[in-house]
Amino acid sequence: MSPVWYAAGIGVRRGWTELRQTFTTGQDVFGYVLWTVLLVVPLVLVRDDPLKGADISIGAFMLPSMLGMTLAFTGIMTTAQLLATEREDGTLLRAKAVPHGMVGHLVGKIVMVSGTALVSMALPFATGVFLVDGVARQGGGALLTLVWVLPLGLLATLPMGAVIGSLVDSPRAVGLLMLPVLGLVVISGIYFPLSRLPEWLQTVGQIFPVYWLGLGLRSALLPGEAVAAEIGASWRHWETAAVLGAWTVAGLLLAPSVLRRMARRESGAAMAERQRKAMQRVG
Amino acid sequence: MTTAHALSAGSGPPGQGDTVIDVRDLRMRYRGQDVLKGVSFSCRRGEVVVLLGPNGAGKTTTIEVLEGFRMRSAGEVTVLGADPARGDERWRARLGIVLQSWRDHGKWRVRELLSHLGSYYAPYSTDLVLRPWDVDELIAAVGLTEHAGKRVATLSGGQRRRLDVAVGIVGRPELLFLDEPTAGLDPEARNEFHGLVRGLADEHTTVLMTTHDLAEAEKLADRILILAGGRIVADGAAAELSRRASAEATVRWTRDGLPFEEATTEPTRFVRRLFEEHGDAIGGLEVRRASLEDTYLSMVRESEAGRGADERVAHAFEKGAS
Repeated sequence: MSPVWYAAGIGVRRGWTELRQTFTTGQDVFGYVLWTVLLVVPLVLVRDDPLKGADISIGAFMLPSMLGMTLAFTGIMTTAQLLATEREDGTLLRAKAVPHGMVGHLVGKIVMVSGTALVSMALPFATGVFLVDGVARQGGGALLTLVWVLPLGLLATLPMGAVIGSLVDSPRAVGLLMLPVLGLVVISGIYFPLSRLPEWLQTVGQIFPVYWLGLGLRSALLPGEAVAAEIGASWRHWETAAVLGAWTVAGLLLAPSVLRRMARRESGAAMAERQRKAMQRVG
Repeated sequence: MTTAHALSAGSGPPGQGDTVIDVRDLRMRYRGQDVLKGVSFSCRRGEVVVLLGPNGAGKTTTIEVLEGFRMRSAGEVTVLGADPARGDERWRARLGIVLQSWRDHGKWRVRELLSHLGSYYAPYSTDLVLRPWDVDELIAAVGLTEHAGKRVATLSGGQRRRLDVAVGIVGRPELLFLDEPTAGLDPEARNEFHGLVRGLADEHTTVLMTTHDLAEAEKLADRILILAGGRIVADGAAAELSRRASAEATVRWTRDGLPFEEATTEPTRFVRRLFEEHGDAIGGLEVRRASLEDTYLSMVRESEAGRGADERVAHAFEKGAS
């Protein structure tokens, strides 16, 4: 086995170890629970209000949409946040100091973020499915949609998160991105159908993966009649695959060179400088 | 110098010779400033070399160039037979780097982290060097056995430094870099750390470290390099450096309860005469040779004072040469 594949194997084990760690760390578990509560509360408030133009409740519309949003958030923001943090605290420098450590680190991060995304979706789903009617009653065909939407969603978002995490100069900068991201949620048809917005905002919203992940999950988890609330009254699977695919290709083209550049620049002196700045902010 | 180099290069395949690090005229320009202005030195197998110098002298920069973490502006650098700028992962597996941890890997347990990082080295194991180091043996060697099951975030500062050292040597490196490894260690931990470094050197690991602790340098180093103003201003064993800097010793004594002090180049003769003259009246005798600290301070001061003149000379020389 080539040393690179060997290191990738170590990376998979690293990912599993980190997943086990995050689910046994109080602070992290609190984060997952808090996220679930943040999603479930609005669901409880509006769950039985009917969605105009379709034969489902607003709650039923929101649940799969929010799961799609969770996937996009975790893929982009968590990846960026972890990478920025691990550049600052020296995790990456350690990876750079061992043979093929960067390969192991990257593979480990992919496993870790993917696992985190799935769990962050599973918790609100498991709670929400008992609160609203008509979600996930479709059976086999729906599952088939999940089988391609979820991995494609991760592929579309993870490399972009890695690019952001490589370009920002501190984890705090990732926090600043939360504001535009909240704006993006509004124009991505998560809490109400996108067709309610002016046409130009619909167009902007459809550029980003958040909308398409919401749509993909709705098509998998909602009854067929719910399609009436969508743009063009269609689940648009081909378009979903095309847009997410385009983000994947763009991310995979961009990420390796950005990551390599970031890794090359990583040094003890650069890290010490970032730590000094971080300490100043704290002190 | 040239002959010696040719001989050592001819005596075996690259990297198998006695010279582990060879740096010639290393220069580094950073943001329009010359950080390193022609650093030259070499290290032999099994040697413990300590790099001293004031803050900002370029110690960390030098080490990072040797580690392959930073590109140099000019000069020739050979580390374990390869140019660090082009060192591959096989080369990297033979290096150990002790980084100062801050809060990385906080959720990992000590044993878990060492066994994980060690596993990267397994493909580079040879008949001569079995990689990685057995985890439990390594944990015992750095004195962390009691803490093997603890999360890294719960370790004390001293325990963390030991873990840093363990991470640095888990791949059984032939060459180990340590940048201020004992900063923040208490005297006891420091002492244990010194034992660990000596033990590594006895097994022919070459060690290059930086420190601000001159007593530590004196105790550990086979050879000391002083880096000041972007150049190596001194290179030699600790005792040798002290002799070179100052031949004077200070003699202190008391006579009839009153303290006296005298600086002399011949302390032995001076003390004999003292006793001949005053006999039993002399008490509290103390002869103090110039310490490494005196040497260090005077050399750094000299280099700082001489920097301007030095550069003018170099400039004139270059003009004359062209």
